Amino acid sequence: MIHRRRVNTNLIAGCIITGLTVFIILVGYFWTPFDPAGMDASAINAAPGLPHLLGTDRFGRDTLSRIMQGAGATLRIAFFAVCIGAFAGTLIGGLTGYFGGILDELIMRLSDAVTAFPSVLLALVAVSIVGRGSDKLILVLGVLFIPSFARVVRGEFVKQQHRDYVKNARLMGVKDARIIFVHILPNISAVLLSSIAIGFNNAVLAEASMSFLGLGVAPTESASLGIMLKEAENSLMSAPWQALSAGFSIAILILGFSLISEGLGFNGIRSRTSKRRLRLNAENA
Amino acid sequence: MPKMLNESAQPAGEALLELRKLRVSFNDGRGGEVVRGIDLAMEEGETLGLVGESGSGKTVTALTIAGLLSENLVTVSGEIIFGGKDLLKCSRSELRALQGRDIGMIFQEPMTSLDPLMRIGFQVEEPLRLHTKLPYRERRKKALEVMGLVDLPEPSETYRKFPHQLSGGQRQRAMIASAFITHPKLLILDEPTTALDVTVQKQILDLLRTLNERHSVGLLFISHDLRVVRHICRKVAVMYQGEIVEYGDTAQVFSNPQHEYTQRLVAAVSAGRRVYD
Repeated sequence: MIHRRRVNTNLIAGCIITGLTVFIILVGYFWTPFDPAGMDASAINAAPGLPHLLGTDRFGRDTLSRIMQGAGATLRIAFFAVCIGAFAGTLIGGLTGYFGGILDELIMRLSDAVTAFPSVLLALVAVSIVGRGSDKLILVLGVLFIPSFARVVRGEFVKQQHRDYVKNARLMGVKDARIIFVHILPNISAVLLSSIAIGFNNAVLAEASMSFLGLGVAPTESASLGIMLKEAENSLMSAPWQALSAGFSIAILILGFSLISEGLGFNGIRSRTSKRRLRLNAENA
Repeated sequence: MPKMLNESAQPAGEALLELRKLRVSFNDGRGGEVVRGIDLAMEEGETLGLVGESGSGKTVTALTIAGLLSENLVTVSGEIIFGGKDLLKCSRSELRALQGRDIGMIFQEPMTSLDPLMRIGFQVEEPLRLHTKLPYRERRKKALEVMGLVDLPEPSETYRKFPHQLSGGQRQRAMIASAFITHPKLLILDEPTTALDVTVQKQILDLLRTLNERHSVGLLFISHDLRVVRHICRKVAVMYQGEIVEYGDTAQVFSNPQHEYTQRLVAAVSAGRRVYD
């Protein structure tokens, strides 16, 4: 067998892009060039230049500062929504996949039903019930993400469950919980990680579209990329930099995560885990 | 002729395992009965070969004894007496204690029977972690001891390795070490050498034979390879379409097969016998 070190360009590029954006966002929490909410009547719809690097909006607010803050809000929502979805989804998918039976059928049919609706539509309904605000948006998106994670994890569990090492563990008398979390979970981590990265993408997009439709973050709460897009809509012709910079930020965020999930999913990273997996696959092939 | 086994092991001891009218059918709606009421007995320290073609029910029998078939999937009736208890009537926790400690199982494919992301040593000592209260140091010591016993090279190094770093034969040795660490009374071997090449096969068989002779572990050896069974088993049971059609001393069954199916089986491998002996 040939051990060639393949450089995983996708993963590296994804990590660099995501790392940079996260860094900028973190900086945005402590320092922005201007107050993101501070209006300046002397610089309304100012074009990019000095001192406003990305220009200003129709209230004279600095676009760069608002993006730094808004991307933070978007990322925060995406992060917690994915946390809820991935945690609950893994738990549900793991248990149903492992134990099977009627509960498994029931939950999977339920998730079929949920998946059948466009998720934004469901989110609209849910938000109109629970109300606006970033915390509520996190909750709604998180719950909506559960089925997709549950499905992926369940599939993997069903697959792993028939592997001999799981049978062997069961024969040894390993408790079910230990089999699920200590034996099977690490073995599906690659799949789980890449679906988490994809989940991030969906969450960022969902936040943006919900806020764009006026159902996400309240404009009084903080900036968010979706809100900025919405606000930029009116001055699209006269001051295109507002829409462009918000849209571009969304694209960059998503690009970073996509590259990471691509890198995790297909090539395996240069960490021990994936190298092992890679060799394993090569040997099995 | 291969050397007869078990001449040193205790004769006609207590029954270790007894199957009474064991029936297994799949709940797939068609009611396909895979095991049709078999009776089988094994003494302590005995080596019993269960042979038959694919689909004859031998693996299902093994999995049933080990309790590895999901209750949703199959319906089992009859009795499986192990150590004086009917396994089919035991509670889950009773089974857990009994099976993990006293029954070990080795699977066909050593590649998949070890957890790919767990160090070999941890997997070897896992039964101790589950069934004893030994502290880590003691477990490690025992694991290294058993790994040496099954001829794994440099146990302390292998202890830290991952399954993909071992060869197929070494993986199977690690499996055996893990199954053997609690000194079980019965090892179920489901085609343990099929995935290995012939020279390694021989080494693994010799290792199993040693374990049987020195530590009087009962071996239930499931195989379609008659040469392997001849090599290692004292008794043999031939399964055909879910029933046991012939049972007896290996030498007798093979030299003077009674059932038509056994005759065909023996005739089919008689060419290979010379090579193996």
